[in-house]
Amino acid sequence: MTKHRTGISRRGALQAGVGLATGAFALPGLARAQATSIKIGILQPLTGALAFDGQAGQLGAEFAIKAVNAAGGVKALGGVNLEAVKGDALSTPEGGVSEVERMQAEGVCAIVGGFASPICLAASQAASRYDLPYIVDVGVNDQIVNRGLKNTFRFGPGSSIVSAQALDNLVKLNDAAGKPIKTIALVHEDGLFGSGLAKLLETELPKRGFEVIESIAHPTPSRDMSNVALQIKAKNPDLVIPSSYYGEFVLLARTMQQQRIKPKGIFAILNGAASNYRFVKEFPEAAENVIDTNHWYDPRNETAIALKKEVDGMGKFFTYNVALNYSAVLLLVDAIERAGSVDRAKITAALETSTFSKHIMPYGPTKFVNGQNTGAAPVNTQVQGGDIKVVFPDAFANAKPIFPVPA
Amino acid sequence: MFAPEIVIAAVINGLLTGAVYALVSVALTLVYGVLHIINFAHGAILTAAMFAAFFAEQAGVDPLIAVFGLAPLFFVLGYGAQRYIIGPASHGEDSNTLLVTLGLSILIENALLAAFGSDTRTIDVPYGFSTVDLGFVFLPAPRVIAFAVTCVTATLLWALLKKTDTGKAIRAVAKEKLGAALVGIDVAHVYAVTFGLGAACLAIAACVLLPSYYVQPRVGDAYVFVAFTVVVLGGMGSAPGAMIGGLFIGVVESLSGLYFGESLGQLGIFVIFILALLVRPTGLFGARA
Repeated sequence: MTKHRTGISRRGALQAGVGLATGAFALPGLARAQATSIKIGILQPLTGALAFDGQAGQLGAEFAIKAVNAAGGVKALGGVNLEAVKGDALSTPEGGVSEVERMQAEGVCAIVGGFASPICLAASQAASRYDLPYIVDVGVNDQIVNRGLKNTFRFGPGSSIVSAQALDNLVKLNDAAGKPIKTIALVHEDGLFGSGLAKLLETELPKRGFEVIESIAHPTPSRDMSNVALQIKAKNPDLVIPSSYYGEFVLLARTMQQQRIKPKGIFAILNGAASNYRFVKEFPEAAENVIDTNHWYDPRNETAIALKKEVDGMGKFFTYNVALNYSAVLLLVDAIERAGSVDRAKITAALETSTFSKHIMPYGPTKFVNGQNTGAAPVNTQVQGGDIKVVFPDAFANAKPIFPVPA
Repeated sequence: MFAPEIVIAAVINGLLTGAVYALVSVALTLVYGVLHIINFAHGAILTAAMFAAFFAEQAGVDPLIAVFGLAPLFFVLGYGAQRYIIGPASHGEDSNTLLVTLGLSILIENALLAAFGSDTRTIDVPYGFSTVDLGFVFLPAPRVIAFAVTCVTATLLWALLKKTDTGKAIRAVAKEKLGAALVGIDVAHVYAVTFGLGAACLAIAACVLLPSYYVQPRVGDAYVFVAFTVVVLGGMGSAPGAMIGGLFIGVVESLSGLYFGESLGQLGIFVIFILALLVRPTGLFGARA
């Protein structure tokens, strides 16, 4: 008797479960059919260590949504407005995943953002379980697009594209200046991003005729860069290549200035501060002439110039996060327009064949290969006279490089 | 191997960093020595003081001048916190006090986070980039000032504990609470004064730290972990122990950073922490159990 009863109740529970599950799956579909707006997930680390970048990213996405709605919404769907479902990834991968689950429950048709590589890795994977299109805004780790996830697209360049371009441009820069650079010191943070890059540079730089005389790792956060500066001073390299996050590079640049360490150049790759208006504004002397290889907006694009003015007017910094998220949301809207639907598979298919060109980045034609936009490229920026100028490539440059830096 | 001038420069840098550790540790050990509680809110108070110094600077007051206002202010705040929150809430139980200070730290950190966000903020003072030239090394002026201020503060604190009636009362309470109460010392008042002194020391540390460091809502944690090590090394409750321990730990961190790489700079500190607990649990200057 007892056995029999348990059997029934278990089956009952199962039926109830199935009912619930179908209900849960059916509901978003129903909501979508009658939707008066198109929901898109805007995922950023709004609090925690990466909050500065995350908030800038969210700002860029908001501007794009505002622009689309002001221009009459999504026309292919009868002028429906976009609605942002904002999420805070708490600067952790787990935080990102739980926000993806919530966005899924709220019925978004795609997600844009993530910022840091670990968040993008985890969040795009979580989204892939629902075939939810995910557009990575910044995360440069190559693994993000190498996992074969069909839902994941990266509009910006990955670290292999960035470092290849950085090396090419360094050679060009050095050749044009009469080859003043022979010895190089690497300073890098000891995480996934800095160490990976340092390893690559240690093998690639010697092939291009440079000698790496020192490679100094430091943790994030660091309280003091005195020892790093001392080691640079002792080796006296021609060039310093720093790959660190914001706080540490600012500390290093300040310490180098204090210790009167003046190499012929500071050539950063994907640096957290070297092409950041905040650094330039707060420490103009330490920042002057620093070159970075990084994401950047197209300084000749009129929309970008207007957007920068508006962001400046709000008293905020026009970081690359703003430009990348602005562009990524427009990329998504373009895909929705061409798909003529908020169906996830159709949006994914539209992204795969995207040739989107109305972005504000200095990129070639958009073309996704295995989720990576092959048109994406970084630029070289240099801090000149308290402003950040693009010095490479020539097609987008608005200033000539100052190299080597006058002593 | 490194050239001798680099090693010497690293040692001097270590001493300069160690001075700030010492100041933070003296405050921690003072509170422990008298109240017999481990103050988990220590880092949060340091962070709050750094924010106060930051906004003072934004209002046009240099941190080195603001210290004369902030140290008394934090004394009052610390006094109030102990007298009206930590003391009553702990009901005389040490374990409760631990939890109350932990709760207080969570409260302060999150209030700061809610109010100011998690951005790192820095200030730029006129002497921010000045250096003292020793011939073979340039010492950053803000850190030399921090070192000097620490020495002065430590001396004042020592004089206060040794020479004044308040100091005697604090020492009496630390040694024998019941006896002190019996001879007419207001124990609750002395507790609060001690906590206030600790907070004032942190305010001073904050003002000398800010010109060469940054502030964000979790910045205090980094210093407090080190301070706990210093306190254990120097001997729980021993002010001279905390001073010497702080300087020593600063040098250890600097040298292990130089020799094992910056990533492992903190390794030296915690190896010493474990060694101290194993070999000499009472610390360098601690009373023998």
